[in-house]
Amino acid sequence: MAQSKHDFIERSVGWMIVLTLLVVSVGGLVEIVPLFFQKSTTTPANEMVKPYDPLSLVGRDVYIREGCYNCHSQMIRPFRAETERYGHYSVAGEFVYDHPFQWGSKRTGPDLARVGGRYSDEWHRVHLMNPRDVVPESNMPAFPWLERPVNASDIEDKMRSLNMVGLHKYSDEEIAGAKAALQDKTEMDAVIAYLQGMGLALQNVQ
Amino acid sequence: MADFVSGFWNAYVMVLVALSIAFCVFILMSNMGEGKGAKKGEKVELHGHVWDETLAEYNNPLPQWWKYLYWITVFFAIVYMAAYPGFGNVQGFLGWSSKGQYEGEMAKAEATYAPIFKKYAEMDLAAVAADPEAKAMGRRLFLTYCAQCHGADARGAKGFPNLADNDWLYGGEPDMIKTTILGGRQGVMPPLGAALGSDGTEDVANYVRSLSNLAHDSLRAQRGQELFEQNCVACHGADAKGMHAVGAPNLTDETWLYGSSKATIIETITKGRSNRMPAFEAFLGNDKVHLLAAYVYGLSDKAGDK
Repeated sequence: MAQSKHDFIERSVGWMIVLTLLVVSVGGLVEIVPLFFQKSTTTPANEMVKPYDPLSLVGRDVYIREGCYNCHSQMIRPFRAETERYGHYSVAGEFVYDHPFQWGSKRTGPDLARVGGRYSDEWHRVHLMNPRDVVPESNMPAFPWLERPVNASDIEDKMRSLNMVGLHKYSDEEIAGAKAALQDKTEMDAVIAYLQGMGLALQNVQ
Repeated sequence: MADFVSGFWNAYVMVLVALSIAFCVFILMSNMGEGKGAKKGEKVELHGHVWDETLAEYNNPLPQWWKYLYWITVFFAIVYMAAYPGFGNVQGFLGWSSKGQYEGEMAKAEATYAPIFKKYAEMDLAAVAADPEAKAMGRRLFLTYCAQCHGADARGAKGFPNLADNDWLYGGEPDMIKTTILGGRQGVMPPLGAALGSDGTEDVANYVRSLSNLAHDSLRAQRGQELFEQNCVACHGADAKGMHAVGAPNLTDETWLYGSSKATIIETITKGRSNRMPAFEAFLGNDKVHLLAAYVYGLSDKAGDK
């Protein structure tokens, strides 16, 4: 019986590494790389999709810090069961200013992609302090510690770094005014500002 | 899909996909001839590498059934690329898209449910409220869209009105309920702490509590009455029974949106209150709101006189 053709590859580790890398990179090269050159994934869905203002930006970081994404997705799939409940399905162009995006796939709680404007600020406040005050059946944890001042010290750096990675174009004035915008704001204010801005671009679009 | 910035990317995807499939075919072809391995009784060849003194490996060819499974995946890939979008900008002979599938699903549901919603939308709200089927539908809608604030039992919470009683901020007539759901409401009580001062605020709080026969300091209440007439009657009315036009609550009954304790009333007067009911017309459309309004109207205990 002839020596197998894989014999050579299995005996030379260097070739094994090179060829393995080549094979596993094909999926990414075909499925991921072209997305960076597709209009629907790289341009805002409409003029309502805007970079986060400083307060929402801080709120988004609090959202990530508190691990909200562990229970809440931010992507409405194109199924009737989802759009009836949440609103228009999500499209890629809504997330061009999200670094990183918070789509997720875990829904212990409801999807939040279009939560903006759905409830009053006061509802969010009560709900975050203790969810059971408004939704007795809720199993969401309470976040009472959010009633503390936001950390504004690194907001300017944050905005400058976003200018480097994405489509963001925060102007010098915006960056200079960021600290003032966070004056006397609590983390609660920041999270609510972030939540209330979510998904407005395609809200109420049938 | 496939709205690339240049046509290059379509070709790029096509070439890579075609090369991958061709490569798989090549690998399979070049391994098909390797035979079925050792026959019965024949000794299987060893790889030649020995580990740990005695450990060696048989040099068997790939099993035939396993190679045929690979042929099936190659065949599947070609059929899939022909049928569905994915091969560059080729739409596929099925013409499928996720958007198209969604729209089909919606159209089907619309054909099924729209006539039912329509039927109720043309009926009078009070009549819809009396219909058991409409009530069941309204309940499902209520639990999906309203229960987060007003509660699954519609009895509300602090700051979120109870819809199951007969007390209404903006009026409990069926059409008024529908107007509220369609357009939303913005309830504002201005902060009066600065105008009244802390002493005056406490006087007014005592007067407000006296209106519904709660424990109060009668001397303060007397002083508070004067301040109330100067500052509060524009919205709450001279008789303090509230005003539906501005959503000012009746202060003489037992229903309290934020609470009736003296501390809460003082907080309300000092800091004011601002509350918003979101508008649902654009999101739900008239027909669903019609059912919801009828359901909410049907919740109140009409016989009870509160």
